[in-house]
Amino acid sequence: MKTYMSKNNFIISFFLAFLLSPFNLYGSDTKLIKVDWSFDGMTGKFDRSSLQRGYQVYNEVCSSCHSMRLLSYRNLGEKGGPEFSIEQVKAIAANFEVQDGPNEEGEMFSRPGRPSDKFVSPYPNIQAASAANGGAYPPDMSVLAKSRKGGANYMYSLLMGYDDPPSGFKLEEGVHYNKYMDGNKIKMAKPLLEGSVTYADGTSATEAQMAKDVTTFLTWASEPHLEARHKTGVRTIIFLIILTILVYLSMKRLWSRIDSEQ
Amino acid sequence: MSQDNHVPSSKFGKWFNDRLPLLTLSSHLREYPTPKNLNYWWTFGAILTFCLITQIVTGVVLGMHYVAHADMAFESIEHIMRDVNYGWLLRYIHANGASMFFLAVYIHIFRALFYGSYKSPREVIWIIGMLIYILMMATAFMGYVLPWGQMSFWGATVITNLFSAVPLVGECITTWLWGGYAVGNPTLTRFFSLHYLLPFIILGLVILHIWALHVPGNNNPVGIEIKKPSKDTVPFHPYITIKDLFALLLFLIIFSGFIFFSPNILGHPDNYIPANPLVTPTHIVPEWYLLPFYAILRSVPDKLGGVLLLFASLFILIALPWLDRSKVRSAIFRPIYKNFFWLLILDVLVLGYMGAMPAEGVYLLIARIATGYYFLHFLIILPLLSSVEKTDPVPMSISEPVLK
Repeated sequence: MKTYMSKNNFIISFFLAFLLSPFNLYGSDTKLIKVDWSFDGMTGKFDRSSLQRGYQVYNEVCSSCHSMRLLSYRNLGEKGGPEFSIEQVKAIAANFEVQDGPNEEGEMFSRPGRPSDKFVSPYPNIQAASAANGGAYPPDMSVLAKSRKGGANYMYSLLMGYDDPPSGFKLEEGVHYNKYMDGNKIKMAKPLLEGSVTYADGTSATEAQMAKDVTTFLTWASEPHLEARHKTGVRTIIFLIILTILVYLSMKRLWSRIDSEQ
Repeated sequence: MSQDNHVPSSKFGKWFNDRLPLLTLSSHLREYPTPKNLNYWWTFGAILTFCLITQIVTGVVLGMHYVAHADMAFESIEHIMRDVNYGWLLRYIHANGASMFFLAVYIHIFRALFYGSYKSPREVIWIIGMLIYILMMATAFMGYVLPWGQMSFWGATVITNLFSAVPLVGECITTWLWGGYAVGNPTLTRFFSLHYLLPFIILGLVILHIWALHVPGNNNPVGIEIKKPSKDTVPFHPYITIKDLFALLLFLIIFSGFIFFSPNILGHPDNYIPANPLVTPTHIVPEWYLLPFYAILRSVPDKLGGVLLLFASLFILIALPWLDRSKVRSAIFRPIYKNFFWLLILDVLVLGYMGAMPAEGVYLLIARIATGYYFLHFLIILPLLSSVEKTDPVPMSISEPVLK
């Protein structure tokens, strides 16, 4: 079978258009701190204990302002996540007051949370959240990792990016300097300080450790089936490669009848 | 066609076939004489059929879980991603499937451009193909609106606003499209309805596209007619089916790479932020496959002018069989056209890149030059080449390659 077109040119041009454009187009993230995440790559998995520590950081630090509306407490015990035991999940959920109702008298009432409940939000609505935070709405964290260029690296960089402003840089009241924020101004005060949490497993709660753990947790929250996806992907591609080879050999054999006629 | 005189072997088969000749159709599809010199660029027809069916099947299942409501759409997508069994897989196949669909259609179209597949007697195949392409863009655009993220909302706002450029009735048209005075819930529900409808219209057009193909038969890399069917062609099954299957499997490996290992790389991160009419994203960009047209649109300072040029860039393609009058089909034997073909590809790539850049300064200038060249190619260069170009001698037949 002859191919007349200069194949390489064709392939290269398409791949340039196809692959390069989104990278350049939606902005580069070259300046971010690059972390060697355990969940990167084709066989990447979450570090279970980092996820559990990350939940602790979220719960004790972030969740006072940031909601996570799309997650349920039961997710914390599911496969591929922090994998807390059922008892632990029940205990975590029970720490929260959930509004339920109406009951038979038509009244709303409060009860302790159950694993099937969604994460309780710190504020009743966006307006209340903005009003309590100087007009800046602390974004919901459910899919935060997927909604920022650079994903996990961006979140980690942002958490580590608090610094003194360069001389002459004007900061308004209630605004902080951050190397990685757009325009270098952020309304969120530096959230992680050495020892902000005390880890139960004895890991020392340095700023970098907490940033890494909470970023891992937020990445899982955005993509709870990441491990299943990677696993299925590897199997699918192995299957496809074997099938492709078999089909290729069959094709060669079939076409040899035609090719030998020439 | 002569080989269609199929006589079923069983009595019931004959009875049924006399009433509805499905067995004749199936026999025709298997026996269909196909040029034996087709290269791998010809496998994209089969790949595209696969893409369409994949989009319809995954889309139908996603539609069972999706809620078309401005307050619930975003969350229902996340519900699919989190709580529906293999919902993440279905959605990532569907979202990346759109990109793969366009990748394949662009290869398919440029293959037709290189080998002159749009020329007589295949003009109708080409025109139906272009209608399919235009409907694909409409379908993909409306599909991108459904997750109701920031890019969904603002993309819908920008594109529907284009119609307001129409003189006199522009405002009425946009209000009619939106179902209100801004993009909102009525816009979302009608986009969902149309996004579900259009793929089936595309499917109907695909059937016509293949039907129209089976009248003159396939073009081929040397672009000449079939002289001796027994020597020049092979039956579609099994020779072409297995080749198409092999190419499809290679395509699926790349497709799987996107689905499983970087499912969001072709999308914009802003679309994971729920739509907010009060906050405009810094740069509103469409999906990559629409970028060249976005660049053409923005290269004109006047809104109406931009819209007209955008539509002209599509309709000019429909007129292509009458713009390029060269008798020789394949670019292999057209030494000058060949260079202009590659230049056109480069031009479209440049347009795509500029479509993603802010429309200002040097980007805007380059976008304008590239837009100008796009029209120059079709309106001046092609008609001129038809009379000026000295083509190379074409082979006598497919089975006797040209002697050099």
